[in-house]
Amino acid sequence: MSTSTAARPEEPAEQVLDVRDLSVTFRTESGTVSAVDHVDLSLARGEIVGVVGESGCGKSVTAMSLGGLLPGSARVTGSARLHGTELVGASEPVLRKVRGRELAYIFQEPMSSLNPVLSVGRQIAEVLQVHEGLSRKQARARAVELLALVGIPSPATRVDTYPHQLSGGMRQRVMIAMAVACGPQVLVADEPTTALDVTVQAGILEVLRDLRDRLGTSILIITHDLGVIADIADRVVVMYAGRVVERAPVHELFARPRHQYTAGLLAASPTPGRHAGTDRLQEIPGLVPVLSTQPDACTFADRCHAADDLCRGSAPPLEPQGGGGTSAAGHVAACWHPSTETRTLAATNQEPAR
Amino acid sequence: MSVVEATPVTVAAPEPGRGVRLVRRLLHNPLAMTSLVVLLVAVVVAVASPWLAPYSPEQTDFSHTFSPPGTPGHLLGTDDLGRDVLSRLMLGARASLEVALLAMATAMVVAVPLGLAAGYFRRWDAVISRFTDLLLAFPFLILAVGLAAIRGASLGNAAIAIGIAQVPSVIRVVRSDTLHLKSLDFVAASIADGAGDLWVLGRHVLPNATSVILVQATVALPAAILGEAVLSFLGLGIQPPSPSLGTMLATAQQFAARAPWAAVLPGVVIMVLALAFNVFGDALRDALDPRGSRR
Amino acid sequence: MARYLITRAGQSLLTLVLATVVVFLGMRALPGDPALALAGEDRSPAGLAAVRHEYGLDQSLPAQFLHFVTHALHGDLGTSVRTGLPVSSMLGAALPVTVELSVLAIVLATLVGVGAGVLAAVRRGRPAEWFANGLALVGLSVPHFWLGLLAILYLSVATGLFPASGFVSLFDDPLGNLHHIILPAVILGTGLAAVIMRQTRSSMLDSLSADYVRTAKAKGLRPGAVIGRHALRNSLIVVVTIVGLQLGGLISGAVVTEQIFGLPGFGKMTIDAVFQRDYPVIQAVVLITATAYIVINFLVDLLYSVIDPRIRVAGEA
Repeated sequence: MSTSTAARPEEPAEQVLDVRDLSVTFRTESGTVSAVDHVDLSLARGEIVGVVGESGCGKSVTAMSLGGLLPGSARVTGSARLHGTELVGASEPVLRKVRGRELAYIFQEPMSSLNPVLSVGRQIAEVLQVHEGLSRKQARARAVELLALVGIPSPATRVDTYPHQLSGGMRQRVMIAMAVACGPQVLVADEPTTALDVTVQAGILEVLRDLRDRLGTSILIITHDLGVIADIADRVVVMYAGRVVERAPVHELFARPRHQYTAGLLAASPTPGRHAGTDRLQEIPGLVPVLSTQPDACTFADRCHAADDLCRGSAPPLEPQGGGGTSAAGHVAACWHPSTETRTLAATNQEPAR
Repeated sequence: MSVVEATPVTVAAPEPGRGVRLVRRLLHNPLAMTSLVVLLVAVVVAVASPWLAPYSPEQTDFSHTFSPPGTPGHLLGTDDLGRDVLSRLMLGARASLEVALLAMATAMVVAVPLGLAAGYFRRWDAVISRFTDLLLAFPFLILAVGLAAIRGASLGNAAIAIGIAQVPSVIRVVRSDTLHLKSLDFVAASIADGAGDLWVLGRHVLPNATSVILVQATVALPAAILGEAVLSFLGLGIQPPSPSLGTMLATAQQFAARAPWAAVLPGVVIMVLALAFNVFGDALRDALDPRGSRR
Repeated sequence: MARYLITRAGQSLLTLVLATVVVFLGMRALPGDPALALAGEDRSPAGLAAVRHEYGLDQSLPAQFLHFVTHALHGDLGTSVRTGLPVSSMLGAALPVTVELSVLAIVLATLVGVGAGVLAAVRRGRPAEWFANGLALVGLSVPHFWLGLLAILYLSVATGLFPASGFVSLFDDPLGNLHHIILPAVILGTGLAAVIMRQTRSSMLDSLSADYVRTAKAKGLRPGAVIGRHALRNSLIVVVTIVGLQLGGLISGAVVTEQIFGLPGFGKMTIDAVFQRDYPVIQAVVLITATAYIVINFLVDLLYSVIDPRIRVAGEA
């Protein structure tokens, strides 16, 4: 794993969020469990970065650790700077000022993430009252504007409704309105479309993209859905068992996955033009391991067809990957035996939406 | 494009049976074990009390009234009529447990079938709900007052009043568990296969509702012990001179300043019995809760 | 909302009618000739005939029921065999004592129970939680009338801090009234406080781990707002229901507490009536209790719908 603190040439200059060496462990009844291991991550102004991986790979834990939202059993080390403010180890009052104002969250389940007994207007107004000192009346008026901003029809009446009266997509729009209320620099969206119908998903992603374009918000989107990544992300970070295994601009990643795990992920996803029967979807055998300590080995080795003694004996560093021409800039992967496959069919035809 | 398959994170070791796990969890809970030991001792003493008790509980001795605890021959002293407090406590605890079991059995026999029916048959639900509402409107003491007025005060009537008063809450819990079970796939599949209602209830619903019923029964016991004490204290339950913890307190009240031990000890016995049942009930509920120790 | 209220009101009314039928039939189930029981001392044929006529016992069962209901609706609950006073005026004297005792007990129990429950949930796994849990278990297991006996024995008699028995009206002497009623109210409230504490704690634990609480934290709200506005508000829905259901236990408890502290309330009236076979009074007591329980639980339902918008406003989704 790269622990170098020197400037990394692959990162754009103006970084809103800069995460370095972030590690998270949990105390459990059966000992310590490592959830995130020395993760580096950065987010430029107006950039949308997707973090992708299977359940249990540490992507959500990484996201929650930024705002100090992990339970008390978690231990976070490393550094996460939000516009110069160190978040790791920051005191509750400091984090409280950051949360909701500079760093906002959208969660997976819009039904359970909204309070059932408070009107949606009240829940949006709350953020404004806390961070911007607005009166209840002013905050309510702003809430109506915010509901309009996220594309909720007749916001002046919707402001007084309760979550159970809205559809799933509308609820998620409310969550987004609440998150962007104070114009945060970074929006963390943890599986924002997973609980929604496919037709609704596109609308939500459109709202997020629109917010980035209009407000310049940087968005960190956590998902296990490669379709979402292809649709919205500028850059992709692939996580596996608590580590970043590959990082690349979105086209580059889809065209030339280097890490064997990424290649496996893409092979496990259907793409237009590939036909079942002639070209079967391949599943990655095995499960994401639960680790008490991070071994000095590639954590994917046990599930990898290309693994050898080198993989089991030492952890591969994140290294620049060449061979893709100009689009390869900023492509790093941690693999001793990188895939050389170039995905001709879908990955190059199906340009990500932006 | 689609979704990376979401896989469970750990491979579970082969699970031991539910019963084995339950017992293992209880064995590892010191509070549960302590309360269980207390209860076992209480039951043994209660069952054997006619032989264990040093004196007949109704044997008066006017030359030794109000002997304090520690008096030779009377370990826990005597009361206003010179009766041995220890013997009366033993037989009183026996009566308490008897009423508690009788009340719990009454509650279960009435409530479990009604709860199952209310949860399983939609048409019965409204009727049984009204019945529950109606029962709730008569607090146990008022039921006992009514029963005492109609049938006279006795141990049996006290137990029935206490048991009936517990019926509504048991119906409620069993009903909601039945509703939940009915919605589960294996029960729904069985219904879809055309299995008879009684078969589904007996084969699928009841066995899976056992743990909920068990917890309700455990919760009903301490409430019944307290209820018996109240009724006997007021004279609506076990009639003197039969020993009962409640009547002992009623008599002791009149002489409390002179013989405080007679007022303190029966209360302690009631509390220890009820506490042991409550602690064990909590432990049982925790052990049955798949989320682990929650409460 | 309106539809919900009408349904609930209809159900409550139905329960009330059923309860009245039960009480009426219960009185008919008395051993022997009800006229004999109702007549008390005067057992002359003329007296019995008068009693039969007064209670409509010479009419058919439905007619008797109608008679009973119309009289009860006019506030005529018969005459006490023991005192010769109208039962309604006896209730008028006794009920305020019981209501005051119960309300005070509920208020104290709710304050203590909710407070301790929230504390136990927030301080999960710390000594404060163990302490609160242990106290609640003891509160649940202790016979509260025995606690009352001990309080009289060791607080009132020994120190003279509180009167051991007796009562003065709230309107004659408010301070003296409080002095007489505070100890019984604390004793009566112990069990209820324990139940409320356990319920609050368990539903607070559920709320605190709910996604919307994480959202509230992620918004940068202060812990007080997260716990109070978001978690507790949701937990109270369950707690309010529990308080309503515990009312029956509270009425039973009030009877015993009044008996121990010699408060001239509804409970004492009930017990006296049972032992003196004062059937008109018993009938009235049972009827009033059932009515009170039904009406209060209807009010609890109203409160419930104020707290929970999912009931107040019908969903569109």
